[in-house]
Amino acid sequence: MSYQYYETKDLQDFSNIGEFAPEQGKKFFDYYMSSTSSGKLTEREKALIALAVATVRHCPYCIDAYTNKCLSLGLENDEMMEAIHVGAAMVAGDTLAHATQMRKIVKQKEM
Amino acid sequence: MQLPDVINGSQPFAEQLKACSAYPLYAKAVETLQMNITSRCNLNCKHCHVEASPERTEEMCRDDMEACLQAARHPEIKTLDITGGAPEMHSHLAWFLQETAGRGKRVLVRSNAAILLEKNYRRFLDIYTETGVELVVSLPNLHRERTERMRGRNVFGKIIEALGELNSRGYGMPGTGLVLDFVHNPVGAFLPGAQDVLEQEYRNRLRQDYGIAFNRLYCLINFPVGRYLDFLKRSGNLDNYMQQLKDAFNSSAVSNVMCRSTISVGCDGRLSDCDFNQTMGLGVSCNGAAHIRDFNYEELACREIVVRYHCFSCTAGAGSSCQGALEK
Repeated sequence: MSYQYYETKDLQDFSNIGEFAPEQGKKFFDYYMSSTSSGKLTEREKALIALAVATVRHCPYCIDAYTNKCLSLGLENDEMMEAIHVGAAMVAGDTLAHATQMRKIVKQKEM
Repeated sequence: MQLPDVINGSQPFAEQLKACSAYPLYAKAVETLQMNITSRCNLNCKHCHVEASPERTEEMCRDDMEACLQAARHPEIKTLDITGGAPEMHSHLAWFLQETAGRGKRVLVRSNAAILLEKNYRRFLDIYTETGVELVVSLPNLHRERTERMRGRNVFGKIIEALGELNSRGYGMPGTGLVLDFVHNPVGAFLPGAQDVLEQEYRNRLRQDYGIAFNRLYCLINFPVGRYLDFLKRSGNLDNYMQQLKDAFNSSAVSNVMCRSTISVGCDGRLSDCDFNQTMGLGVSCNGAAHIRDFNYEELACREIVVRYHCFSCTAGAGSSCQGALEK
């Protein structure tokens, strides 16, 4: 039997991540629930944000969970893709913004 | 094609009920008589648990429809819920609706709406309006492409046009008393989102894009039965979907599952706890009242419910029923 670090069924274990540290686990879930449920932003908007973050963070569990959530909430495929492009653009942008450091150092060092 | 009901020597849903002290599950009344009057349908939807299509020929005979009327005289039965197939394709639907009008019962017809534009069935726009029946229209998704992937090409536009006709007759409009509800089904191997969130989205989009109004949206979980089960197997999603249903088991939805207050009458007059059991050939547990002609309220109102693997669909998340989520 092959062993993989990431397995689909691991997602079912998410509710157990408070094991070994239940107090912190409870605090995390309280925070998680209040942050991801509707507030001034709708549940649909928050699901798209979560999907973009999940993709940027390369978390297979979160991508699975939030793709399903977006589908469940009736979001269109192109809406999901647009959200992921926001994430991709942010990653590209913050990478390029850090080129400032390189450019500053180059200008400092070059004769 | 059916799911195995016994896995490793146990019935998973019965075991789940036992764990929350709800097994055996008993009916608490018969408030709704759901009649599946025909398997014929003008459509051939990919999620249909009845596997209805234009080629099907089964329909309830007039004698059994009269037996339904007789059974519905019981004062505890408040609702007649007429479904199919496409109920409009039953040759006695118009007569039946006239018979039920004015009896003080809530009567609802589950329609795909697209059929109301067809020449032979257009008259039902008027029949429905005159009899004042509630209409429950299946509109799986707000997006043309997704709805048509499930229901067939060019169906979305027909549904929207028929809804416009119904709105113009007062259906779904404030103050008319003509109720127009919609049913949302996920187009794929996932569960529906929160009913209130989806209802708001349907309301906004249908008004903005098509000028359509309606009363309520019911979110239905797809059952691993019939064509939907075939899809789950074919696409390799069955195990994951069943796991989603089991993970989402909500013990508080058990007390309100619709089988506890509903009887489903099949095209052949046989009684089942729900439409899905009926499709699977599972009759009610009380043999003395297994057919509508032998309807016995007292016996049926306290019968033991026949549960199987697919029952996880009714208890997942906020629960699911023909009237949408069990927890609002």
